Parts: sequence; structure tokens; C-alpha cells
Amino acid sequence: MANVNVPPERYYLPAPSTWPITGSLAMGLLGFGAAFTVNFLTVGYILLALGFAVLVYMLFGWFGTVVRESEGGRYNKRVDTSFRWGMSWFIFSEVMFFGVFFGALFYMRVLSVPWLGEIDQKLLWPEFSPGWPVAGPGITEQFTPMGAWGIPALNTLILLTSGVTITLAHWALKRNNRGALIGWMMATVALGITFLGFQIYEYGHAYSELNLKLSSGAYGATFFMLTGFHGFHVTVGTIMLIVITVRCMKGHFTPEHHFGFEGVAWYWHFVDVVWLFLFIFVYWL
Amino acid sequence: MSTAVHGHTHGHDDHAHHPTGLRRFLTTTNHKDIGTMYLWFAFAMFLTGGVMALIIRAELFQPGLQITHPDFFNQMISLHGLIMVFGAIMPAFVGFANWQIPMMIGAPDMAFPRLNNWSFWLLPPAASLLVVSLFVPGGAVAAGWTLYPPLTVQMGMGMDLAIFALHILGMSSILGSINIITTILNMRAPGMTLMKMPLFVWTWLITAYLLVAVMPVLAGAVTMVLTDRHFGTHFFNPAGGGDPVLFQHVFWFFGHPEVYIIAIPAFGVISQVIPAFSRKPLFGYTSMVYATASIAILSFLVWAHHMYTTGIPLEAQLYFMYATSLIAVPTGVKVFNWVATMWKGSLSFETPMLFAIGFLFLFTIGGFTGLVLAITPVDIQLHDTYYVVAHFHYVMVAGALFSAFAGIYFWLPKWIGRMYDEKLGKWHFWLSFITFNLAFFVQHFLGLAGMPRRIPDYALQFADFNMVSSIGAFGFGLSQLLFLYIIVKAIRSGEKAPARPWEGADTLEWTHLPTPAPYHSFETPPLVK
Repeated sequence: MANVNVPPERYYLPAPSTWPITGSLAMGLLGFGAAFTVNFLTVGYILLALGFAVLVYMLFGWFGTVVRESEGGRYNKRVDTSFRWGMSWFIFSEVMFFGVFFGALFYMRVLSVPWLGEIDQKLLWPEFSPGWPVAGPGITEQFTPMGAWGIPALNTLILLTSGVTITLAHWALKRNNRGALIGWMMATVALGITFLGFQIYEYGHAYSELNLKLSSGAYGATFFMLTGFHGFHVTVGTIMLIVITVRCMKGHFTPEHHFGFEGVAWYWHFVDVVWLFLFIFVYWL
Repeated sequence: MSTAVHGHTHGHDDHAHHPTGLRRFLTTTNHKDIGTMYLWFAFAMFLTGGVMALIIRAELFQPGLQITHPDFFNQMISLHGLIMVFGAIMPAFVGFANWQIPMMIGAPDMAFPRLNNWSFWLLPPAASLLVVSLFVPGGAVAAGWTLYPPLTVQMGMGMDLAIFALHILGMSSILGSINIITTILNMRAPGMTLMKMPLFVWTWLITAYLLVAVMPVLAGAVTMVLTDRHFGTHFFNPAGGGDPVLFQHVFWFFGHPEVYIIAIPAFGVISQVIPAFSRKPLFGYTSMVYATASIAILSFLVWAHHMYTTGIPLEAQLYFMYATSLIAVPTGVKVFNWVATMWKGSLSFETPMLFAIGFLFLFTIGGFTGLVLAITPVDIQLHDTYYVVAHFHYVMVAGALFSAFAGIYFWLPKWIGRMYDEKLGKWHFWLSFITFNLAFFVQHFLGLAGMPRRIPDYALQFADFNMVSSIGAFGFGLSQLLFLYIIVKAIRSGEKAPARPWEGADTLEWTHLPTPAPYHSFETPPLVK
């Protein structure tokens, strides 16, 4: 810890490591496991569980190594800059990933659904009148769309608040006020978990009362794909926040050197911004 | 105190102390080891995909069904495409990036050495998913490498394996690209400003940006296929308000930049080789950088030229036609600059230069046929014919693969410290050049005459050209065994190479490093003036 203040001159190059190959084993098991699981083969569930276990083991081991190296003062300014570039580009790739599903939503709403109501489709589906929200001309089962101003609006407030609390935590870290730092981090984690709880409740509500399912055509597919993919990211983000909170409690980070914290904060803000688009285009408009 | 910490933690302080044998390659964090693995993996996949190509050409040797069941033929078509694109060409250029970028910018290694190892080692599991898919009930994916629904929504388990293979390949590409971008932006030697970087490094910076931008798009596309297959969504089913054409939009939003992901590093290699053997600096360096960046930006704006026959609106067809034609401008700048570099140069024609010039001729043909296909009314006639097959093989094989050969012959002395056999290298070039044209030039005529692609049988009037094409393809395949022999011979018993075997090559790896390049290149960065 002490030599954090005397950063090494040379770029840290790690020694050979078994963590990456462990991760590859995990991904191979998960790949085969998932492909067999969706086809209901028993071996699929086993491979999937095994792959998940190896992945968790690898994540603990690899990140643990990085944390030890960081706290041991091995990373100089330039390594820190590498982490900043790396995290920025990773978030950019995530933006593109979300972009696909937003693209699918806009394409369906603006193009493919209206086209299905045009004259050349009348022979096949004479009754269909395009609009939004809609399931599609071939789906007769009715559903109620999700309203925007109940839980979703509350969730927007929760995520926006969590953006504030994590910033307050960051300020506390910079002032080296450990008590406030841990307090605000815990508040952020709590808000994240609350958000997820509401989201799970909303899914239950959609399935049991609104008859809104993954199979509810254009609306159902885009609704669950976008909110589900986002919810997955919030879950990952919350786990990251918990890890950072634990590290704060263990006395990690200094007011000058804490990219682990900042990277997670960037990710959390990114998830927050995506939610705003989700709220506008999926729930509200 | 901090010096004590270095002494025992820096892997690179103790040269001899890396693990040996298999363990060395499983756990390595060294950019050269990882680059070597990428290149050998790519070559193995090149042979795998090549055998599939030869099965296709054997079936097409004569009209009628000879040796394959049509469904197996479709599987070969699809896996050949997927394996060559994701298993052979892309990893080959990432191999070059790993070997060359740290040496060319004066860095000690890549920015994230462990992540670099992971990027490589994600490839074998993904490749095994693809290969195993041949043996599951229903066989491998048989819808072509473009994976269009509704066919891919209906297929068997092989399609699921392909979907997850693509997810893992995407992960590998994204992680690898983040590493490359970070290395280039953050690890350059003092004085190596962006506009002083060798063009190969520039092309990889732009390629890596494209990869980070579009690999998630492919992942999203196949994820929607997966949910349509197994979780009841209707993204690609009009009954549920979806549209199979939506997949084509998403796929080609990935797929067209993907073409440049393959072509742009090839441009980079050529831009190093031609000046070296012309003994002149590259003509128009700055315009080369801007042309490459323009191609990258335009690649995001032209995707639907793959979809003229899907019934997209007329306005869209016109826009995509004009936008696509625009790509000819920066590409023309590049070809002009390469030719202008050779103009009044002191040329010599060693194997790398032969492959570079072969690239220049054949890639230009591929570019021109691309321009022909960009024209909507023409494309409507030629869509899904052998003209398209000929076009993209001129770009992929004579473009990307020839430049990879040029790069390997060019840098091999630096990598292994030994020279290849120049005479055999020239044989490899001429055999490849002639058999390639034999295999693919005639396919232009077949396509113009209306022979459809991806069909195992054809009408009698196509028989002669198909026979020529198959003979060429087998010749090309066999010529690559000569390549393997040349490389193995160079490694085992090649003449010792001097530090600068090519006196016209002036980048850091030639001027500042001994041959073969040491295990750790630049522990202290060189000063670039």
C-alpha cells in the first residue's frame, strides 16, 4: 500500500497466467452447455452449471490478482490510462449491442408493422390494423401494454438517484472520508437492488395479469429483449458495485488512485443512460 | 522500494524464465507467442476451410450430383464461409497485429497481456463448436455464412452451436480489439506521434475500431435468431409484426464493415511491403490515413447494397447505390498511392513484393466488380450468381490472403531469424496467382451467364467453366501445401537472416531490433525523431 505513492517507472507486464485459459474453458463449457440446454439435452444443464462454476472461479481469481497487483503498487500512471481506454471502448461496444435491439424496435414500429397493414397484405390478413403497441397480424391472443407512469417511472427515479449517490461516494473517496464513501456506496447498491426487485415484480405482473409475454409479437419481443438485456446489465453492475463496496470497506483505493471505483461508476452511469432511452422509447412513447 | 518490487514481479526481467512446452503457450502473456499462436491457428483453419472448399469444387466439377448430398453441400458452403472469415483471415491479421504493433511503435508488449492471451484462447472453443456442429443430429448450419432467417430459425441443433460459436468469436474479437486500440493509443514510444506511425499500425487502429463497433451487432443479430428459435419471439416472423429482412439489415450492418475489417489490415501490410521493395517512402502517407478512415466511416453507411432484391424501397436503393459508389474514391486514392510509390522506384521482386503486386492487380479487379455490383439495376441481374462469388473471392483471397502471404514472407526473417527459400517462394506466388485466376476468373462468366451460387447442381451450359474452376481450385489448394513446406523449411534450416534483410524497410522493428527479434522487444522505449 505504501508504495502506491512511488509508482514504478516501467509499464507492468504480468507474468504467465492460467486465468485466461481457465476462462476459455468456462466459455467453451458455457457454449456447448447453452446449445445443448436450449435443445433440452440433459448433458447441456451439466455443462452449463460446470461452465458457470468455472467462470465464477476464474472471475474471482483473475480480478483478485488484478486487485492485489493494484494495491501492491505495480500500476503506474500509464497502466491507469490503459485501463481508462479499455473501459471506455468496452462501454462503446455495449452501446452498439444495445443499439441493435433499439434498431429492431424502431424498424418494427416505423417500417415492418405499418407495411403489414398495407394493401398488398390484405389478402392474407384483411383484419389487421397496424398501430403501436401491437402483437402482429398472426397473433390473436390479446395483451395489455406496460404503462409508463407506475413502476417504470419510479425505477427511473431510482436509477437517477443512484447516479447521484455514486457521485457523492466518489466525492467522499476523493476527500478520503471513508465513512461517507461506504455509506453512499451502500445506498447505491440498495437502489440497484430495489430497481431489480421492481423489475422482477413488473415481469410477474406482465405475465400473470397483462398477458404480456415474450411471444406477444413485436411488442412483447422488443419489450422483454430490451428490458431483459438492460436488467442483466443492472445485475452485473450491482455485483460490481458490491465488490467495490467490499473493497472500500477493506481500505482499498486512495484519493488519487482508484480507477477500479471509477470504471464501475462509468458502467453504472452507462446503464442509467440506457434506461432513460428505454423509458422513453419502450415504456412512454 | 519500488525497484525491489520490479525486480521480482516483472515477468520481463528474467528472459529465460518463462514456462516451456505446452504450458508456455497456454499461459503466455507475450505478444510474440500469442501472435505465433494466432498465425498457426489461422493456418489450421485455412486448411480446414480449404478442404471444405475443395469438397464444394469437387461436387461442382461436373453437372449432376456426384459426391455430396445437397444438404451436406449446403453445410460445406456455410462452414467454409464462417471458418474462412472468422477462423482464418481475421485471426491471421490479429496475429500480425500482435507481432508487429508493439515492435513498430516501440512498446514493451500489448497493453493488456493477459487479456491478449484470453482473446486467442477463446478461438479454439469457438472453432470446436463449429466443427462439432457437423456431427449433431441435423448437421451443421446450412443457410450460408450469412445465416438468414427463416431458414436459420427452422434448423436443428447445429445452428445453436453456430450461434454460441459466434458469440464467443465476437467476445474474442472485441477483447482483442480493445487491447489493440489501447496499445496504439497509450503505448507508443516518445516521439511516435499518431501521424508518424507506420501505416500498418494506422490500419489496425481503424480496423479495431470497426471490430468494437460491429461485433456486438452480429452478436445481437444471432441472439434474436436464438430467441426466435427457442423463446417464442417474433423478430423475424411477419405473423408477429417482425420481418426476416430485419435480420438482413442487422447482419449487413455488421457484415459490410466486416469486409473492411478483413481488407484494411491487408492494405496496411501492402503499405509496408511496397515502399520497402520500391526503396522509396510511401507516396501520400497522409492521404492514405484519411482514405482508410473514410473507407471505415463509409462502411457503416452502405449495408443495404447486399439487399437490393429484398424489396427495399426505391429511395433506399438509390441512396445505397450512390453511397456505395462513393467508396471507390478513397479506394482509388489508395491504389493510386501504391502505384505512385512504385513509380521511379528502385524495384526488386522478392516474394513479398510479388504477392503485393499480385494483390494490387487482383484486388483492383475485385474492387471494380464491387463497383459493378453496387449499381442497383445491374445487381438485380447478378444477385446470388457466381459473379458475386468471383467478386468477393478476388477481395478475400487475392486481397486479404495474398497480402497475408506478402506479410509473412516480409516479416518471417525478423520473426524466426532465418530466411525462406526465395526460389520456392516465387514458385508459391506464381502457382497461387495462376491457379487462383483459373479458379475464380471464369466464375465471372458463369455468373454473367446466370449460374446461381450455393446450388450443388447446374445446367449443362455451365459445365466447361466449372471444370476449369475446379481444376484451378485444387491447384490453389495444393499450392498452399508448398507454402507450409516453405515455412517449415525456413524454420528448420533457413539461412541466418541479417538484422535488415530488406534494405528498403525502415520501421522500428528493422532499424532498432536484432534478428530474430528478442522475446521482449522494447523494455526501454526507443526515441523516435
